[in-house]
Amino acid sequence: MNKQQIIENLTAGQLKDDFPAFSVGDTLDVHCRIIEGDKERIQVYQGVLIGQKGRGVNRTITVRRIVANEGVERIFPLHSPRIAKIEVVRRGDARRAKLYFLRDRVGKSRRLRDQRRGLKHIG
Amino acid sequence: MPQAMIGKKVGMTRWFMEDGTNVPVTVIEAPPCVVTQVKKQETDGYDAVQIGGDQVKPRRSTMPMIGHDHRAGSGPLRTHAELRGEADCELGDTVDVSVFEDVAFVDVVGTSKGKGFQGGMKRHHFRGLEASHGVKRRHRSPGSINGHATNLGTGPKIKKGKRMAGHMGHTQITQRSMPVVSINVDQNLIVVKGTVPGPIGGSVFVRSAVRLNRKKAKMAKAG
Repeated sequence: MNKQQIIENLTAGQLKDDFPAFSVGDTLDVHCRIIEGDKERIQVYQGVLIGQKGRGVNRTITVRRIVANEGVERIFPLHSPRIAKIEVVRRGDARRAKLYFLRDRVGKSRRLRDQRRGLKHIG
Repeated sequence: MPQAMIGKKVGMTRWFMEDGTNVPVTVIEAPPCVVTQVKKQETDGYDAVQIGGDQVKPRRSTMPMIGHDHRAGSGPLRTHAELRGEADCELGDTVDVSVFEDVAFVDVVGTSKGKGFQGGMKRHHFRGLEASHGVKRRHRSPGSINGHATNLGTGPKIKKGKRMAGHMGHTQITQRSMPVVSINVDQNLIVVKGTVPGPIGGSVFVRSAVRLNRKKAKMAKAG
């Protein structure tokens, strides 16, 4: 067994598979578990998925939203137990893998077109 | 059983703890090792247990070492290492990962990656000279290395141990008191938090931590 497979087998138990299919450009609702003392509550973070990185347990997603006219980007480890759920709110049309150009966009041009291409392949 | 093993660095990954935090971890693969020699105060002058790991072909070993490993009932082994102190074991016993089950912290000894011939700035964190103000082509130089008469007051040489450019890396490094995150006895894996010296595939010696700071000692006691 090669070294990469050893790590994959070891971390396989930590992977979650209950995500909907999403791709870069989609608007997501990320339900985060927030622990305050011994209480736990869920906070929803909504934003546009502008990039994905990593494989397996290392996979992270970058979600960008605008809060009080200020851009905020959060990077979530996808398989973290602190992420309760992910929902797709809107499917956006993205032609590239990383949407870093959205950082320079202001106003209406910040929005992405709704996805039309290849919709029937996505569940 | 001696709480020590010889293993190989497999690589790094991410590990999610029960409380949701994620920690960077290094995976070490450690197939069962053999006790190749038990040193005693009377015969050797000190107490120690020598373990060997990593089976190799006989032609990769030497005749003296083949004989040494054969006495422990094992084939030739690539790596041997000693753990000081008395341990409840005999020649030929096998040690597997389960010895670390109750161990909270381990020391990991490895050989760091070689960096080649490096200048003073990288090797010893020297500041170098200034970027401007008339400095000419000496921006990364170490500067003065003092006079040649400093070690004993007089002498023709530079002081011994003067930090200068030279070969960096490929030295034995001990990473102390690393938290053990998980043990996998079936696959002979040890998962420790943090980084381990050396390249992927490099041989490492893992032993239960020799000494702990106050905070870690308290954590180890609590389990």
